[in-house]
Amino acid sequence: MQVSMKLSLRDAPGNLVAALIPISAAGGNIKTVIHEHIPDAEGNVAVHVVIEIPEEQIEPLKADLAENGITIIRLGKERLLWRETVILIGHLIYTNLEDTINRVDDTGFAEVTYITIAMPEMKGPSSAQLVVRATGPDELAKAIEILRQVAQEKDFLLIVPLGGVA
Amino acid sequence: MKSQIRIAVIGLGAVGRGVVTTLDRMQKENTSSCIISAVSDSRSACIMPDGIDIEAMLAQKEKTGICGDPALSSRDIINSAPYDILVEVSPTDVLSAEPATEYIRAALARGAHVVTSNKGPIALHYQELATLAKKHHVSLRYEATVAGAIPILHILEHDIIGNKINALYGILNGTCNYILTRMSEEGLTYPQALEEARKLGYAEADPQADVEGTDAAIKVVILANTIFQKSISLDDMSITGIEQVTDDALRLTAGCDTTIRLIGEIIPDKNIYRVSPQILPKTHPLVVDGSLNAITLKTDLAGDLTFIGKGAGSFETTSAIVSDIFYILQSG
Ligand SMILES: NC(=O)c1ccc[n+]([C@@H]2O[C@H](COP(=O)([O-])OP(=O)(O)OC[C@H]3O[C@@H](n4cnc5c(N)ncnc54)[C@H](OP(=O)(O)O)[C@@H]3O)[C@@H](O)[C@H]2O)c1
Repeated sequence: MQVSMKLSLRDAPGNLVAALIPISAAGGNIKTVIHEHIPDAEGNVAVHVVIEIPEEQIEPLKADLAENGITIIRLGKERLLWRETVILIGHLIYTNLEDTINRVDDTGFAEVTYITIAMPEMKGPSSAQLVVRATGPDELAKAIEILRQVAQEKDFLLIVPLGGVA
Repeated sequence: MKSQIRIAVIGLGAVGRGVVTTLDRMQKENTSSCIISAVSDSRSACIMPDGIDIEAMLAQKEKTGICGDPALSSRDIINSAPYDILVEVSPTDVLSAEPATEYIRAALARGAHVVTSNKGPIALHYQELATLAKKHHVSLRYEATVAGAIPILHILEHDIIGNKINALYGILNGTCNYILTRMSEEGLTYPQALEEARKLGYAEADPQADVEGTDAAIKVVILANTIFQKSISLDDMSITGIEQVTDDALRLTAGCDTTIRLIGEIIPDKNIYRVSPQILPKTHPLVVDGSLNAITLKTDLAGDLTFIGKGAGSFETTSAIVSDIFYILQSG
């Protein structure tokens, strides 16, 4: 599972490495580290890390970090790692846009996380760009398939990327 | 093969005239031993077993509208004129595929090779015609039916033999590609771009078969049935055209450095045969401009291959037909 964490550590040499060692020890794979250099009033600096780690290792890792005097300010589990950007064209608003989005969101494994709609001047069809995120490639394909069904019901044109998951 | 090859050409439109002119020039340049022994149009036919004077015949056609004797017809050529190769370039009827299929069938049964640019007979009756050709030990070739000047059938049959084709993606209709290019580059609406395509002669007076995706789908059917040895028809395909694509949609995709093109798609293992607008990165090799065609093959050995060329036009179609004729001569 992908996890993003914001940690707070004392701004002293060697502390960043000290924070990263427990992550590796817990079997975590560090994907990005962003190190802020300006300390706050108490002399602590923030570090953002994104790691890939087995879910059952998260709790032990939290304990291990705390033991080493590192404060976890925020920990977010990122479930929706797979994304696809698609286009929908049709009478999106008059056909209950909320329902269209909910059909994906209600799955529990996928969400429409971003939408831009261009409205035509007259009563023509509108065009929207949607970002669909899902927990895995199969889930993403299922989510796009759901959109395909909605498109058929509501007479939309769904345009997907060439060679994409769907 | 015999030293002098007789060719009969059915149809003297832009393509038929291109073919007879090219073969005539090649014979005069001594680069070919083909003579044209018969030609026909919708109202007449001309049969000369020792070779027609092409310049004189075309001048007469230009002046009078007919190429030969009104008492003779294409059927007289097919059934009784002497020819080794029949070039069938009469109009396409994708619903009935006639009379072209009847002509091709009769020619194969007589033991003549056939070269055609006519999509109807190949899309609808390939298996029957190929079986007939095999039975009579002759060739049936149709390079001109798909992607104009791009020798895609030859490439698939010969040049990358041994590869497994995992997917084929193609821009197979120049009219749609022209319209989408103009919408994307100039922000034209669909009706504006269609109107422009009509004015410039990229779209037919009735562009319906192009814009609703049928023309591209027919080419997918031809590729599926010939190269991939399937047995599908238009009814087995999912076909979506470009009529619903908006200029807004193209602007939205442009924001991510992507664009929209009408793609014909074959994924043999998944039995996917589809024509639909799809989103592509602007840097994708299939994103060609104007009325060009392009085909990307995803193969196991050769990797990705993309071919780009003019998809239609009388010269490009002539090129494909003449290369089919010489392929037959060289392999015969
Ligand atoms: N042009 C292209 O870019 C292109 C590209 C790919 C494939 N093709 C295909 O190639 C073929 C020829 O195209 P084209 O552009 O040359 O068409 P075209 O300009 O419309 O010419 C058609 C020709 O066929 C003749 N014809 C009509 N009915 C006939 C019949 N029953 N028997 C014999 N001849 C007959 C016409 O006679 P008249 O002269 O008396 O009218 C005319 O000479 C079509 O099947 C087309 O779909 C064309």
